[in-house]
Parts: sequence; structure tokens; C-alpha cells
Amino acid sequence: MAERAFHVARLPGFATTAIIVFVALYLPIFTLVAYSFNASTSLAIWGGFSLDWYAKAWDNQQVKDATIRSLIIASFAAAISTTVATMAALGTTRRRAFKGQTLIYVAINQPLMVPEIVTAVALMIVFGLIKVWLTSIGMGGLTTGLGYLILAHSAFCIPFAYLPIRARLEGMDLTLETAAADLYASPWQTFRRVTLPLLAPGMIAGAMLAFVISLDDVVITEFVKSGGQDTLPTYMLGQMRRQLTPEINAVSTMLLGLTVVLLTAFFLLTRKKT
Amino acid sequence: MTEAVTIEARNAVKAFGQGDHVVRALDDVSIQIRKGEFFTLLGPSGCGKTTLLRLIAGFEMPTSGSILLDGADITELPPNKRPVNTVFQSYALFPHLTVAENVGFGLTMLGRPKAEVQKRVAEMLALVKLEQMAGRKTSQLSGGQQQRVALARALAPQPKVLLLDEPLSALDLKLRKEMQVELKRLQTETGITFIFVTHDQEEALTMSDRIGVMSAGKLQQVGSPKDIYTRPVNRFVASFIGETNFLPATVVPGGVKLATGDVIEVATTRPGAVTLTVRPEQVRLVPAGEPGAIAATVKFLVYFGTDTHCHLELADETEVVARLQSPANGDAGIEPGQAVGLRLAPGAAQVLED
Repeated sequence: MAERAFHVARLPGFATTAIIVFVALYLPIFTLVAYSFNASTSLAIWGGFSLDWYAKAWDNQQVKDATIRSLIIASFAAAISTTVATMAALGTTRRRAFKGQTLIYVAINQPLMVPEIVTAVALMIVFGLIKVWLTSIGMGGLTTGLGYLILAHSAFCIPFAYLPIRARLEGMDLTLETAAADLYASPWQTFRRVTLPLLAPGMIAGAMLAFVISLDDVVITEFVKSGGQDTLPTYMLGQMRRQLTPEINAVSTMLLGLTVVLLTAFFLLTRKKT
Repeated sequence: MTEAVTIEARNAVKAFGQGDHVVRALDDVSIQIRKGEFFTLLGPSGCGKTTLLRLIAGFEMPTSGSILLDGADITELPPNKRPVNTVFQSYALFPHLTVAENVGFGLTMLGRPKAEVQKRVAEMLALVKLEQMAGRKTSQLSGGQQQRVALARALAPQPKVLLLDEPLSALDLKLRKEMQVELKRLQTETGITFIFVTHDQEEALTMSDRIGVMSAGKLQQVGSPKDIYTRPVNRFVASFIGETNFLPATVVPGGVKLATGDVIEVATTRPGAVTLTVRPEQVRLVPAGEPGAIAATVKFLVYFGTDTHCHLELADETEVVARLQSPANGDAGIEPGQAVGLRLAPGAAQVLED
């Protein structure tokens, strides 16, 4: 080696900084997981190993209902946002650059930029107006239900589904579609036999990301939900107002486990094949 | 001899852009390609050869003019309705399908029964000598093998015309030579009309039955490789295919007169100032002062192995290159600065249109 090129890892203090950052990031999570096995009722005082809090959480009907509700919303939101995002990605990449393209990107990615609390308040107001109107035309029965939450979640999940799908589309060789057409495939067959299979990893990745984002949401859910519509995160938030026990650690750990599984799958699907 | 015409372009124009920025990629091109011939579209990049190919394939619509297949107008037909297949420059193999699935794609899309598709795929893989690779993913193949899969895939539906868009440009020299022979063999065996696009003049000369030379969106000349090489119609064709000398001249009775005063016997119907072209291998060196020879001075020599290029200067400072076969000891026996005489092989000189 003739020259020592600049490398950030050789700067003084690099290792120390890195360690501090990792500790700051992961210590709280490890603590959370560790104390979910705490035998005592305190969040901070260790009283020996126990799986009691998992059993308690498992038996807690409210936790169960909230979990099921969360999973239903996340599943619908992931499916809807992925479908919409796929169409948006096809519409924005399968053509020559056009005027206003940037504006469309911004519009699609709006939920990433607008403060979530603003979206939450806005949704609450709009849904409120809709509910008033529905009641006025005698369809008050439609003022509750998960539909509102699914709609809200689908909307803010779109950019998360859109980004991996668009990346996948941009990396795709357009000649493949031309080749399919050359080989007697109709436009629909071309989409079905060539575009869609090649896009699938991006769509699955997008759906998983959307699922996790929906599962994790507190702010928008809190503003949009009707009474008795707690999702897992809003249920946990609600518990803070009562007595906190390591049960919340156990629930958090399970949520964390699910997220880790999904994100690992996302990583495996999106990494470049060698 | 009139042969059946398979593909015909009539006054095909393809313009890109709008208003003041219109570029005519194809400028009023008419061409007839005969059934079963190996036809090459030759020209530098941007000459319109690929655009013409894309019009024939149906990937682009002509701005005006029409494309005919076996006498029927197919201008409006989308690519999936044309019995024409393409071998793409990038091969464009489907990465999510196996070799066999790639080759069978066209037939499957045509709705042929599974058994027929399998039989045909096996035949095609045998034809391109890839029987062992049927179950592989295309990414596991070498460049040459991918090229063969692309060929098999395009040939499998037995198209009336096979279009090849610079298919050999990504291969190294040795593989390219092999594939040239392979392509020629496939064309002879299948009897399918091949339209081959290339910017490589040597490839065009060695493989084609006929060549269409293109430049600036126009067809410059169509003819057999020999025609194109020995009787180029204009300066572009003469200089694009092979190396050549250009000599300014004036038409006189019985031939043309060079600026040096020498008269060359050549047939021409054009009056006035013309350009005379002669290939370097048709220029002979003779001792200085030989009667009827053009006086020249040797400037320098370039050794190429099989032959030596002798750069000469005429009395009017026109430069002429003579290609001499290198003698056994490699020494051409002439020195820079030496005075020599030039003779042009009979019939070798051509008067160009422009």
C-alpha cells in the first residue's frame, strides 16, 4: 500500500463515537426486553426472572382485541397502499419525463413531509364532517367501524410502499417489455408475465414496510379512532395513564419481535442478488 | 431475376422532436428486402439504421410512409401482431425465466399447445447447441451463451423476418468471429430473412448477401458487398467501407484529368469537376519515370504485418496511400523521400457522385 487514502474510520474518536451511538440506540431496547422478564411489578426494580407478564398480556382481552385490530388495519392498509403505490410508480416511471413530475413526487410523498399531527387533525376534522353528513342522511350506522382507520392508514402508508416499488421499476430494463411485445405478448400479457414478476420483490418489500408503519402508528390513530377502537400502540399509550407494569414491556417486546421479523424479510427481499 | 420481396419500406420518415427542433432520424427511406436474404443495414451510430429496424419491428410508428410485409401494409400493426422477431443488442432475456422458458415465450404467447412448445424449444436449443442449459437461469450463462439464447428465442416462433440489432457488439473479438459464422449457418439452415444492423463494415462485408449503407437518415447505397466495396456511389460510402484515396479531377474526353495533369481512363457521364476514388490495394508502385505512371514521392511507411501502407505525395501535394503486400523479410524495399511512379489497376478507379 503506497498511499493511505482518507478513511473516516481512521479519524480519532471514531470508535468511541460509534460505541456511544450504539449504546444510546440499543441499551433502552435491551432494557425494555430484559425487564419484560421481571418478576416484580416495578418497571425499574429487578425482582427475578419470570414469564408472568407475557402470560398476563396473553390473557388480557383488551390486549388481544387491540392486537387483532392492529393486524387487520395494517393488513388492509398494506394491501391498499401497495396497490395504489404500484399504479403510481408505473405511472411515474413508465414514460418520458414530463412537466410537473416533481410536483407529483412531492404529492405522493406528502405524508413523509407534512407533520403527522397536522395530518391527524385534518383527518379528524374531515372524518368528523363526513360522520355528521352520514348521520344527517340517516346512515348513522356508518359513523363507526374500522373503515376510517384503514383509509387513514392506507393514505400515510403510500409513500413507504411507493419508494421501494419505484426503485425496483427504475432499475428494470425497459427493453424486457419491448422484447415481450416482440414475442407476441399483448400489453396485458406483458404486464402479467414480465413486469409484474420482476416487480414482485419491490411490491412485497413495499407492503411489508407499509405494514410495519401502520402497525406502529399512534398519532393519526389516536385522532381518528372512535371509542373502543384502540390499536396496540394506542392501548399502550392509554395504559400510561394508569399503573404501569412490566406487562407493557412484554407487549412491546412482542411488537418489536414482529417488526424485526418483517424488516428482516424486507431486507432479504430488497438486497441485490449476486 | 426478380425475387419475392419480404419487407418493404416506402418513403419511411421518422421525425423526433417538435417545432424548430425536429430531427429526421429517418428521411424518406424506401427499401425492398428479399425473401431469405441476409441483409445488413450498415452505418455509423445515429444514421437511422436502428430506427428503421424499430419501424419494421413495430416498436415505433413512422411519421409518414409505410412498412409492408409480403405486400401487406403492416404500418399500423403493433409489434405483438407482426410475424417479425428481434434479437436485441442487450439480449433482453427475461431474468425471472429459465433458458427453456425464455425460448418458449413467443410460442406460449401465440397459444401453441404445451407439447409443441416443448418440442420446438428442444429443437431450438439443439440448433444453438445449448441443450444442457435448458433449466438454467439466464444470469448463469456467459455472454456468448446469452446471445445464443436470444437467437433461439427469436427464431423459435419461426418469424418471417429476424431483426438483429448489433447483436455481436458486446462480445469479444474471438467470440464475435465465431458468432458471425454461427449466424450465417443459422440463416442458411432456417431460410429466414435476416435484417442485421451493424456499424462494423467488416462484419457487413463478410456476412451479407446485400448491404444497405445509411448515413444521416438516408439510404446511401444498396448492393452486394462487392458492389458496395468496388463501386461506391459517393464519398461517404467509399470512405465508410474500407480505406480509400480521394483524388480531385476534371472530366476530359476519355477519362478524367488529375490536378497533376495525368489522365486516367475511366467511364463517367458527369461533366466538370469530380472526385476520383481508388482503393489502396489497387495502387501499384513502379520505378520513377516509367511512361504513363503518375510521379509521386514516398512520405512514410506503416507496417501492418501482412501488408505495408505506403503514404505517397503527388506533385500537387495530394496524399495517396498504396497498400503493398509485405515481402518475406518484411522490408518493402523503398525509403521515405524516394521518387516513385504510381499505376492504378485497370478499372479500379471510380468517379463519385459527389
